Amino acid sequence: MNAITIFRKELISYYRSPIAYGVMAFFALITGYFFYIAVAYFVQIGIQSSMMGQSQPMSVNDSVIQPVLSNISVIGLFMIPMMTMRLFAEEKRTGTIELLVTSPITDWEIILGKWLAALVLYASMLGLSLLSIATLFLYGSPDWRPMLVGYLGLLLQGGSLLAIGTFISTCTRNQIVAGVAGFSVSLLLWVLNWVSSFQDSAAAKVVAYMSVLQHFESFARGVLDSKDILYYLSAIFIGLFLTGRSLESLRWRA
Amino acid sequence: MIKVEGLTKRYARHVAVDNISFEVGKGQIVGFLGPNGAGKTTTMRVLTCFLPPSSGTVRVGEFDVLEQSMEVKKRIGYLPETPPLYPEMEVCEYLDFVGRLKGLRGEQLAKRVDEVAERCSVGDVKSKLIGKLSKGYRQRVGLAQAIIHNPDVLILDEPTSGLDPQQIIETRDLIHELAGSHTIILSTHILPEVEQICERVIIIAKGKLVATDTVANLTSRLRGAETVSLEVTARNGAALSSGEVQEKLERVSGVSRVSSKSARDGALSFMIESQEGQHVRPELARAVIEAGWNLNELHAVGLSLEEIFLELTGAPNRDVVAPHATTVG
Repeated sequence: MNAITIFRKELISYYRSPIAYGVMAFFALITGYFFYIAVAYFVQIGIQSSMMGQSQPMSVNDSVIQPVLSNISVIGLFMIPMMTMRLFAEEKRTGTIELLVTSPITDWEIILGKWLAALVLYASMLGLSLLSIATLFLYGSPDWRPMLVGYLGLLLQGGSLLAIGTFISTCTRNQIVAGVAGFSVSLLLWVLNWVSSFQDSAAAKVVAYMSVLQHFESFARGVLDSKDILYYLSAIFIGLFLTGRSLESLRWRA
Repeated sequence: MIKVEGLTKRYARHVAVDNISFEVGKGQIVGFLGPNGAGKTTTMRVLTCFLPPSSGTVRVGEFDVLEQSMEVKKRIGYLPETPPLYPEMEVCEYLDFVGRLKGLRGEQLAKRVDEVAERCSVGDVKSKLIGKLSKGYRQRVGLAQAIIHNPDVLILDEPTSGLDPQQIIETRDLIHELAGSHTIILSTHILPEVEQICERVIIIAKGKLVATDTVANLTSRLRGAETVSLEVTARNGAALSSGEVQEKLERVSGVSRVSSKSARDGALSFMIESQEGQHVRPELARAVIEAGWNLNELHAVGLSLEEIFLELTGAPNRDVVAPHATTVG
């Protein structure tokens, strides 16, 4: 129950500060652009193939929704550190962490409340991208099921990066440091799978498996793979677990 | 109500609090004094379960801060040195939030928010953003959040720091009002404040407990000797050497120590300490006159809490203490 108290307070903080609107506006602009490119390309291919008399079946899901969702998952890498950087760093800087820690609530309630609030902000950001995709349903009839899976994947991936970002935010009292560190870690988790393009050893496979974006590919195609779900759930768990440890260590070191 | 036994808090490189023991009875109001870095805030943080003690036991009521921290936290209201406020929240939103954190819900919560807002006179800014409030209002909102769950124990870390005189008086009055129903520990760097509101004083320096007693007892304990301030000038504007005067004064019977305070425009002033139980002022006056100097000033300096404090904590420059304005927080 106390997690809800923290959750509500975090939402107030998010939506009263320019950060939420800045992030959302930036996100809407970029996804809008990507969506436009994807649709324009799709239309061009369609016109070309009909002029040449070929009538290959074309799928809106495959050539518009899937690339847009993949792009969103990359944009998430950039946006998520901005959402998590203040979560604990700000509380540490202003001293409000003393209020939270000396109140009769557990560390887990604090962490869960904060993480959930960030997740809701992220979800509302994703909601913006639905606006552009909704126009596809006006003019065509894409399959909504793979799209749903895609959004589930985005939420899971976002949840993992948010959990990691939350952890990083407990390590410093400087928001900017938390943001930059969070971004670096996100970036690293993205490019980890590049190693598999020229290496085929077991170690390379393990490293590539850690890559956060790789696990999104199946979701983008509309495939629910338990291996990928498990990856994200464990990333969320590890991130939040480390946050808990870090919060606890704060008291022994402070 | 509060029982601290052998409390020690070690950090990586230094010992912040070293084997401190004290007790505070129910409903008492206790002042916590010490120079900067003495370990006041650390002790308070241990009491509020923010920091765990390295060794020793700390109990609030019948609960141990390590073993039963949840129970302790429910019973403690804490105002840290900087009030823990969220500038982006409205005052009543914030009080509602803190009330929920402390476990209040529903009607009771709404009632308490109104009560504490009224009590700390922040009712008129209830729907303002905390970030837009003045320092005095912020401090009062900080106090309001500390008492929202009507805790048995109130721990206030420098509750009047940074306030203007009017606000300081208001805050003191408020603390006075709260004293009956709560056990209060407050730290401060304004010593007269302790004389005014606290029944007992706990003085710590360099992490060690120096004294714990009532204000009255502390004063009488140290008032055995007399301190006298004296100023002389030479007659007819002749030159007068400080060493000569000092030597003369030291020879007066009953004087234990003479220290030169200042020499301005030919006027020399001294602080003179008598031996225990000796009244040296008449003798001093006679000595000065007989030497053919002008006696400009001669008066006994009362031993204020400041001096007691400096005496006990061994601060070096006790001669430059201005009454009622020293900051030794």
